[in-house]
Amino acid sequence: MRYLVIIVGAVLVNNFVLNRFLGCCPFLGVSKKTETALGMSGAVVFVMTIASAVTWCLDRFLLAPLGLQYIHTLAFILVIASLVQFIDIAMKRFMPPLHAALGIFLPLITTNCAVLGVAELNTKNGTPFFEAVLFSFAAALGFGFALVLFSGIREKLAHADPPRCFRGVAIALVTAGLLSLAFMGFSGLVKTPY
Amino acid sequence: MSAILIATLVIAAVGAGAALALAIADRYLAVKEDPRIGLITAALPGANCGGCGFAGCDGYARALVAGEAANGACAPGGAAAAAEIAKILGVEASATVRRVALVKCCGTRSEAVRVGDYNGICDCASAAATAGGDKGCRHGCLGYGACANVCPKHAIRVEDGLAVVDKRLCIGCGKCVSACPRKLIELVPASATIHVLCANPLKGPEVTKVCGVGCIGCHLCEKNSGGKEAGHFTFDGFLAKVNYDNPPEDAAIVAKCPRKCIREDAHFETGA
Repeated sequence: MRYLVIIVGAVLVNNFVLNRFLGCCPFLGVSKKTETALGMSGAVVFVMTIASAVTWCLDRFLLAPLGLQYIHTLAFILVIASLVQFIDIAMKRFMPPLHAALGIFLPLITTNCAVLGVAELNTKNGTPFFEAVLFSFAAALGFGFALVLFSGIREKLAHADPPRCFRGVAIALVTAGLLSLAFMGFSGLVKTPY
Repeated sequence: MSAILIATLVIAAVGAGAALALAIADRYLAVKEDPRIGLITAALPGANCGGCGFAGCDGYARALVAGEAANGACAPGGAAAAAEIAKILGVEASATVRRVALVKCCGTRSEAVRVGDYNGICDCASAAATAGGDKGCRHGCLGYGACANVCPKHAIRVEDGLAVVDKRLCIGCGKCVSACPRKLIELVPASATIHVLCANPLKGPEVTKVCGVGCIGCHLCEKNSGGKEAGHFTFDGFLAKVNYDNPPEDAAIVAKCPRKCIREDAHFETGA
């Protein structure tokens, strides 16, 4: 039950993009087509889950014993950036089809704020390991969910006829705001631990 | 003082560890790619137009090295790129014919009958989906510029309700061909100068009802260019088509078309 609450909380109630406003850059950047949005979501799920596991270990076993938690942001950026590079190389070698699908998105999410944010939240709340990984996975799913929803709307928006000054990014930002407003409706659905 | 030292050392150690891991990974996990893929990608124009049928120039380069694609499919690169690629692959270059888009319609606002007023979204697909569009002819150019919107070179503009291709700018990528809901854009050799600018295969009376310049399939162009044996024209229903493998060269037939839908270098800016 607790795990279900964590998942619902991360996907809907505290959606990373629409409630916490993390990862807005890819949210606006790669949401023009549903196809690329799906690829990006897959890459984010992959990277966020692995990165949270690694940063949790880094924080617990290296930074905390030395009392160095005040530089965790710096350490996380360093580790996540190299991790993404490493995954890129390893994936190309061992999972070429997956690399073909996600490859071009991997460099884009090297320490983006959603990935860094989830690592920060995990250490700040003192989450146990499994819950931290589950929370990161669910948060990434929520990010992907919002991204795919938004890309679907933007595909329709391309055929809409807004006033000239609203065209392009302007109407996309207005739409993102409305979508965020809609997600605010989920607050209070469950009492989230994080 | 020691706090700074420890912090610096830890971050440096983490960085060094990550660097080492990456170096090892790069050394032992690197995929050996055929170096020709990189060379061919460099030889291609890098427009990623997709005109060759592959996902970008890189995709085409991979297919070429794998032997799955024929050299010469790159229209923007043309003969120069094909020769370069042939050198890299060590095979003979096949001659590429520069191809440009042709909008097969000449029914301007004054010539073609409009059967309604369309006030919807300014897009050909929407117009075509709304009771078949406002143009009487179901095969004619709607003039809402779907082709012009997808053209990466801005080579197409809409004039007098009709899309017009600038031959000098067209790279023959074929994006407009698939964008047109009426399917009346065709890639033709840039050297061909005489074109039939109509895509309506219906019988004469049906065509004359909706357009002043539609082809009625009278075969006069065929007769005037040396008859059926000469093979300069083919016919689809009641529509004449230029045989671009053997295009007519005598410009006299242009004036002899009773429907004025055969034009010389029409819709093209002159100078190829």
